[in-house]
Amino acid sequence: MSTTTTTDMITDLGIVTDMFAYEFMTNAFAAATIASLVAGVTGFFLVMRAQSFAGHALSHIGFAGATGAGLIGLSPIWGLTGFTLAAGIAMGLMSERISNRDVAIGVILALALGFGLLFLHYHTAFASQATALLFGNVLAVDRATIATLGLLAAVTLVALGVIMRPLILASLQPELAEAKGVPLRVVSTAFLAVVALAVAQCAQIVGVLLVFTLMVGPPAAAQRLTRGIWSGLLLSAALALAQAWLGLTLAFYSDWPVSFCIALLSALTYFAALAAPRRIPTGVLERAP
Amino acid sequence: MTDAVTLEHATLRIGGRDVLEDVSFTIRAGEFIGVLGPNGAGKTTLMRAILGLLPPTSGNLRVFGRAPRRGDPSIGYLPQLRTVLPDVSLSGREFIAASLNGEHWGLPFLGRADRAMIEETLALVDARELAARPLSDMSGGERQRLLLAQALLGEPQLLLLDEPLIGLDARHQEIAIDVVRRVARARGITVLFSAHELNQLLGTLDRVLYLGGGQAALGTVEEVITAPVLSRLYRTDIQVVRAEGHIFVMSRGLDLEHSAHQHDHEHDHNHGHDHGLGHRH
Repeated sequence: MSTTTTTDMITDLGIVTDMFAYEFMTNAFAAATIASLVAGVTGFFLVMRAQSFAGHALSHIGFAGATGAGLIGLSPIWGLTGFTLAAGIAMGLMSERISNRDVAIGVILALALGFGLLFLHYHTAFASQATALLFGNVLAVDRATIATLGLLAAVTLVALGVIMRPLILASLQPELAEAKGVPLRVVSTAFLAVVALAVAQCAQIVGVLLVFTLMVGPPAAAQRLTRGIWSGLLLSAALALAQAWLGLTLAFYSDWPVSFCIALLSALTYFAALAAPRRIPTGVLERAP
Repeated sequence: MTDAVTLEHATLRIGGRDVLEDVSFTIRAGEFIGVLGPNGAGKTTLMRAILGLLPPTSGNLRVFGRAPRRGDPSIGYLPQLRTVLPDVSLSGREFIAASLNGEHWGLPFLGRADRAMIEETLALVDARELAARPLSDMSGGERQRLLLAQALLGEPQLLLLDEPLIGLDARHQEIAIDVVRRVARARGITVLFSAHELNQLLGTLDRVLYLGGGQAALGTVEEVITAPVLSRLYRTDIQVVRAEGHIFVMSRGLDLEHSAHQHDHEHDHNHGHDHGLGHRH
């Protein structure tokens, strides 16, 4: 079901009824709730580790996976999840010199998009799905997808919970973490696998091109506004959730695409957080590379 | 009392190069050791070996009578700042709290006893108010004080401080040394304090560990900072000039320690290290 039919229905009814009267809206809210909470929490560490570009690349690799899955008759969500997961683990196992280089990531990202296009080319019936994959189609989410998202979310959050303490130390002070016996490579690889799963969930809501709206915008804003790990995590998850809910509501009443609404809210939140005054101005020297 | 660190004919190798070769010395418990030497002489390498990150390729290395092991709670470590600290607005308190049990899996919950220990340690270096501020807003001196508190968490018996004075101006260097000396004396902690310049440490250190040319010389300032010993370590002709309570190590009229320090600053700058923060005041 598309947003156009939504509006038609509202017009037909003559009044703006509660959006939860529609099953596609309750489904969309359920899916967006799951994905945004996972994105807010996972993204917090992605931003802390300054690896958001790697997260972006993973989502593009997921596009190739989703379209490739269509070619061999698998469901897109599992193709996307499988590809991002494999790529995340591969990235983690690669030497830091390669996996943290913007240029290498950029090249792989572009190649993945290219392959996604190639797979679409050989599977023309699937082409109508391209927009949904790239920009999301949360209003078309069904019960089965929600169950899959719930399962993925549980795995993602449990895995993140297991690695969280060493992950924080490895992100903030890698030399000290190493000295204390934290297996840095294991932790960073496990984290990228977690990011891959979160990306796959987010892509169901806002599409592979817009995963930043949930995974980077809210945590970046939260980290500007908080001083603690737990308060930052909570605010990040709350902001992501608020964006998803408000975005869906705004889309329902405005007939704009949901992903646009969420992207708009994400940008507004981030820039509002940037504009919020910090108590002590930060010296130029500390910012200098 | 067991000796703090003992090396017996130990060789430490990184990437096929013997950084320290067949080195023997003993650091006694409770000593304040200034670790000096040119860049690449093995100051950081020695600390990594003591931390159990780099086993000797030959010979023997003992820490409090045991083989070194990663995550030894009796060692507090302040690594040299190689990377720019992450741009997070975490408070200093949260930042150092992350190091407590940071090697354990699971969620980062801290118990009441852990919180109390953090407060006690912060008070020890007079950093309780400082620790409420976000790390990104601290000057270099304030960060070092905080990281020193972190190194002292868990009441370690041995402190490894790798170039803690880099990036601090003279006044903050003095403050940092004073704090370390006070805490180390009060708690009987053995300190390995690496630095580029000897002079600030002269009144504080018990003995000098001078590294160079794959070798090490451990002894009092009078024993080690001499032309013959340093000439052997630098593998070149060295003069030692004493003037008004200061000691200058010279090679053909060039102040070696000073030039090494300069070089290190450039080196750090190229690698994105935020040096010079102490000058903001």
